[in-house]
Amino acid sequence: MELNILTICYLIGSITFILGLKMLSNPATARKGNLVAAGGMTIAIIGTIFLYKDEAGQKLHNYIWIFGGLAVGTIVGVMAAKKVKMTAMPEMVSLFNGMGGACAALISIVEFNHLTSGKNEIDLYLTGIPHGQLLIILLGLIIGSVSFAGSMIAWGKLNGSVKDFSFPGQHIFNIVLLLLIVGLATFLVINLNGSNAFVFYIILALSLLYGTLFVFPIGGADMPVVISLLNSFTGVAAACGGFLYDNKVMLTGGILVGAAGTLLTILMCKAMNRSLANVLIGSFGAKKVAGPGAAPGEQGAYKEISLSDTAVVMSYASKVIIVPGYGLAVAQAQHACHELEKMLEEKGVSVKYAIHPVAGRMPGHMNVLLAEADVSYDKLEEMEQANEEFSSTDVVLILGANDVVNPAAKSDPSSPIYGMPILDVELAKTVIVNKRSMKPGYAGIENDLFFRPKTSMLFGDAKKVLQDLIAEIKSL
Amino acid sequence: MENILNWITEHQQIIYIVVLMVFVGIEIIGRVPSVLHTPLMSGANAIHGVVIIGAIIVMGKAEHDNYIALILGFLAVVLGTLNVVGGFVVTDRMLEMFKKKK
Repeated sequence: MELNILTICYLIGSITFILGLKMLSNPATARKGNLVAAGGMTIAIIGTIFLYKDEAGQKLHNYIWIFGGLAVGTIVGVMAAKKVKMTAMPEMVSLFNGMGGACAALISIVEFNHLTSGKNEIDLYLTGIPHGQLLIILLGLIIGSVSFAGSMIAWGKLNGSVKDFSFPGQHIFNIVLLLLIVGLATFLVINLNGSNAFVFYIILALSLLYGTLFVFPIGGADMPVVISLLNSFTGVAAACGGFLYDNKVMLTGGILVGAAGTLLTILMCKAMNRSLANVLIGSFGAKKVAGPGAAPGEQGAYKEISLSDTAVVMSYASKVIIVPGYGLAVAQAQHACHELEKMLEEKGVSVKYAIHPVAGRMPGHMNVLLAEADVSYDKLEEMEQANEEFSSTDVVLILGANDVVNPAAKSDPSSPIYGMPILDVELAKTVIVNKRSMKPGYAGIENDLFFRPKTSMLFGDAKKVLQDLIAEIKSL
Repeated sequence: MENILNWITEHQQIIYIVVLMVFVGIEIIGRVPSVLHTPLMSGANAIHGVVIIGAIIVMGKAEHDNYIALILGFLAVVLGTLNVVGGFVVTDRMLEMFKKKK
């Protein structure tokens, strides 16, 4: 009876995951979808704690430890998730993803110990090595720890504490490393005995190393894609656990995320008009390629514009398009931005926002930020729409965006971002770029746009500049 | 060869689930607008936190004197909970921003 109820709990869990994910892909139902999935998860967890029985009919024990762990995780998780700033969301997702990967790897370690403990060579010989089970344990270990290590590096990169790092031949080294992991795992599955169980821990160490090296050289601008990919990895690692315990809800949840995450990764790549392989491998030598054609300093002079000039140009324009980027997010300038918009609208200027699909550090990042500042939805335009409107626009104000407006993506085949669709801001009459300095953007490449005759630079922190600009416009 | 075929037959239920879920996963997010990429990723991130169930089972099965299993299991429960709870709360916070204005 109890097991039957547990089956129902798992069934409900699986259905809510599918429904939740489906609802999450539609703006009108997204929030409800998240709650539906969370509800299903709660039912599955509670059911497991109280109703689970293993093959021998034994119920779970160690309730104090279980509830202790749940309590610690819940408190820390809620606090971290509530406190994190909107701008730091991407690294938060990466961090949580890493936790899931580590959890899967830990399960594998415990189960492996279970498998080998107290057994010597003869025992294993007599009972036979459970090849299938061992394979799943190893898969969970490898995928889980790659996902954990990779997510930690991605997290460090997004919050700026880890810098890009690569060495010559790293690509080949990574492939060799991966082959070595696969080779050792195959060896262990076929030949496990009492004396070579230590190979398991070598595989663990190599997987962690691989996860680290795999993410290290990839540029920060591509981190969303990497996180999405690691996200689907963790899904597969969770599914391995489902295989291990013959647990259908883990299996469905894990595979669902594995498949959806992979597709989402590809969709994100498509938004940048690049292939996944290009994102993962293309990062190598990005700096080398930038060498010919575009040596810094050769590009001539840029022109600066004062705040009062900007204020005048903008308030007498009839149409202004604002292009937000990561700089806006870092400076927390979304509210100031909305205020500027309102002020200009009062003066009869039409103001819109052009949102590049990968503006900020995650797709949708800018929409979330601007929505937080109460910018109305119909003011946000997607790239295609915006590109049609630039030619009839008087002033384009670029706030801390760089790579998404870099004309090199169209004109310079040697550029690492070549082929990425960009916002054609140059079609507008005037382009004003707000940046903190002339430093290149996240992809680490120079931007020709800043040196074009139509472009003027307005240096400073986005929030400060916008506040000063608002004050200037008020005093006009 | 026969081993493998046997194994497949033995686990056919699971294999069916895997194959069908792959298609379901691809199908249901096929037409997601790019605005929702981040929340969707975050939501999916929370869902794979279902790995917590494995952690609970590991924890609940650990013998009282097996300290390694107890400690690793406890850690797994904490990390898994972080993934689930943190994941859902972060997603909810992101989506809160999307609500329509009156």
